[in-house]
Amino acid sequence: MTERMIYLDHAATTPVKKEVLEAMLPYFTEKFGNASSIYTIGRESKKALEEARDKVAAAIGAQSKEIFFTASGTEADNWAIKGVAYSNRTKGNHIITTAIEHHAVLHACQYLESEGFEVTYLPVDKNGLVSAEQVAAAIKPETILITIMFANNEIGTIQPIAEIGKVAREKGVYFHTDAVQAVGNIPIDVSDMNIDLLSLSSHKFYGPKGVGALYIRKGVKITSFLHGGAQERGRRASTENVAGIVGLGKAIEIACGNLEDKNRKLIAMRERTIEEIMKKIPFVKLNGHRTQRLPGNVNFSFEFIEGESLLLMLDMKGIAASSGSACTSGSLDPSHVLLAIGLPHEIAHGSLRLTFGEENTDEDIDYLMEVLPMIVQRLREMSPLYEAVAKNNT
Amino acid sequence: MYSEKVMDHFMNPRNVGEIENADGVGQVGNAKCGDIMKMYLKIENNVIIDAKFKTFGCGAAVATSSMATELIIGKTVDEALQITNKAVADALDGLPPAKMHCSNLAEEAINSAIEDYKRRKGLIDDNASCDACSRRCDDVQHSHGIE
Repeated sequence: MTERMIYLDHAATTPVKKEVLEAMLPYFTEKFGNASSIYTIGRESKKALEEARDKVAAAIGAQSKEIFFTASGTEADNWAIKGVAYSNRTKGNHIITTAIEHHAVLHACQYLESEGFEVTYLPVDKNGLVSAEQVAAAIKPETILITIMFANNEIGTIQPIAEIGKVAREKGVYFHTDAVQAVGNIPIDVSDMNIDLLSLSSHKFYGPKGVGALYIRKGVKITSFLHGGAQERGRRASTENVAGIVGLGKAIEIACGNLEDKNRKLIAMRERTIEEIMKKIPFVKLNGHRTQRLPGNVNFSFEFIEGESLLLMLDMKGIAASSGSACTSGSLDPSHVLLAIGLPHEIAHGSLRLTFGEENTDEDIDYLMEVLPMIVQRLREMSPLYEAVAKNNT
Repeated sequence: MYSEKVMDHFMNPRNVGEIENADGVGQVGNAKCGDIMKMYLKIENNVIIDAKFKTFGCGAAVATSSMATELIIGKTVDEALQITNKAVADALDGLPPAKMHCSNLAEEAINSAIEDYKRRKGLIDDNASCDACSRRCDDVQHSHGIE
């Protein structure tokens, strides 16, 4: 095993920043008070909670009282979708989403189908985009919710959220966006973009795991799921994870504070990696939109090889990445996202996702480009699918 | 999640390649499911004297291919046919439950290559088909997702 460790999987999770951890630590020990308690250390926790709420609100252009903390992005997605569905059932039973959502959204929608709701899964084009026109055409009198992700976790494609929000608002349909991959990475303004509900997750932008938030625009009708206390203005009972929430607040403040500088660097790394892979490795396909994609996202399919093998070999060289291959999941089907953009199964199995973060450097890309072509070549030489191609080339 | 032996056979696979003028060649699996195994056999006096493979697939698929070739070299054709998927997995110190189907593929590849050998030798009817070669994408529970 090599000593080197290059982390290129920031879409999976990120390390907690030192400043974030430092902000959190007191709330585990000396400032351990329950935010619902009336005495001093309780009030300190409450104050910390509200400061974090202000930071989250400021980061997405919301009001503080529209932010509700949850235990994860998945919880926020489930709350938004099921909560709006159940609360608006008398109005209609139709929900619009896309074929490339995260499973937190897709499986929540499938669950609602079993409860008698009707769900339209909009297809996407070869770049992973859905259009506002598609959304408009799918709206029926029974439509109560549109839920479309801000940016895709696998291929990085960024949806035309403002245009979709405009359509939703004009038609009077609630619009939820799973912005777990977008918050802290690209600019978001819920009021300009006509977003009614938005999910976010702290560990995707250098905050701790186990804490997320749901933005619920004032006036949106939504059911609560956790009953038992008056926390989160009575809408989400549970003693607050004060340290985690403080961490989320600090992390979102930092992430959104230097977005432009950070993105300039990430986009430069992304572009260099895309160009070099296309130049140095034959039989590859870039997945996702060429430019309308998350700053740090690179996703390629390498023909004739399988993703898990690629990940294992990269890992042996100290590079951590991920794949949409079936074998990374224990199923035999590759990623639903890659299939939805029209990749044949065998090409989808050979995908590699590299997601850059702030601590990555140009030297990391030098090293990646040193080992990746070798690994791909080695696996291809082992592949029966490559035989014919190799023979034609000699 | 993989044993050291699996990782060893994955990183340093034994007997990768092709055999020119092989006496039996078998290919099983399909690209749609994400794994294909192709096995080449050299057989003399009913004994497998050499075996090589090419595999498109995950770490477990490569490791089971490698181990399968090691297990059959030096065996008679009938002995090789007795090798089960479990024997291949055991020789690798086990496979994760989700990867057991890869060991089926190894057993099927051995059977398919030997069947090809027998057919060439006129030992079996040309019309007999390998019933082990039909792969099942659908009978594994799906729970795919990358974060």
